Amino acid sequence: MNGFYEFQFYLFSLLAIASALLFVTRKNPVPAALWLVNVMFALAGLYVMLDAPFVGVIQVLVYAGAIMVVFVFVVMLLNLGRSGISDIRSLGSRLGAGAVGLALLANLLVVQRQRIPRVALAPEIDNVVEGVAASLFTDYLVAFELTSLVLLVAIIGAVLLAKKRVRL
Amino acid sequence: MISEALIVSAILFVIGVVGVLTRRNAIILFMCAELMLNAVNLSFVALAKMHNVTGHVFVVMVMTIAAAEAAVGLAILISVYRHFGTVDLSSLRTLRG
Repeated sequence: MNGFYEFQFYLFSLLAIASALLFVTRKNPVPAALWLVNVMFALAGLYVMLDAPFVGVIQVLVYAGAIMVVFVFVVMLLNLGRSGISDIRSLGSRLGAGAVGLALLANLLVVQRQRIPRVALAPEIDNVVEGVAASLFTDYLVAFELTSLVLLVAIIGAVLLAKKRVRL
Repeated sequence: MISEALIVSAILFVIGVVGVLTRRNAIILFMCAELMLNAVNLSFVALAKMHNVTGHVFVVMVMTIAAAEAAVGLAILISVYRHFGTVDLSSLRTLRG
């Protein structure tokens, strides 16, 4: 791994963390959504640096392109974009949340350091997409088909829930 | 590079958890949940580099489920808004005794 890749890795990591911090501190949902899109793009860059170009592309297409558009669309539909009052909780619960967050972070870092064994890197594959496709359509075919069923149920459920009046 | 990616993943996850605990706007809460799912995806990709590409398959499935969750959750949010006129969680207190 040469220095250029490493530099880009740290750049995208910093970008992701900074955008995530800006995302949780925005009062207005629209800037928050746009900072979250920025997090998604930085993560796509991280995926490419981690030899996962396919996951990076579907991150941009699905997350930044589709899911976040649905979020912004709902903000627009419900007219929440110009709420003057802040929805951030009181100082006490903010301090409590910070303590919970620090404890969780320490816990995760300790687990990461002690429980994940240091094994040699997997051998490099020239074509990652081929490997993902082979795995997805042979070993995990049943799970793949079930996720398509979940998507179908979600589409029908979303249409039923968001309809004006449900006549049964 | 893998342990750094896992640390970034842990930090992003914790930012998502703190967001869920400190905000009251239901849409922001959903977005924090998406941020947590993304953090876990980063772990999957980093560990896939250590083992094999199976991690990428799970990332694809997590993204599918996240899309389904966002669609249903936002539809519920729209009907909550129709019913209560707000998505602020502190004013949804019908179940409070």
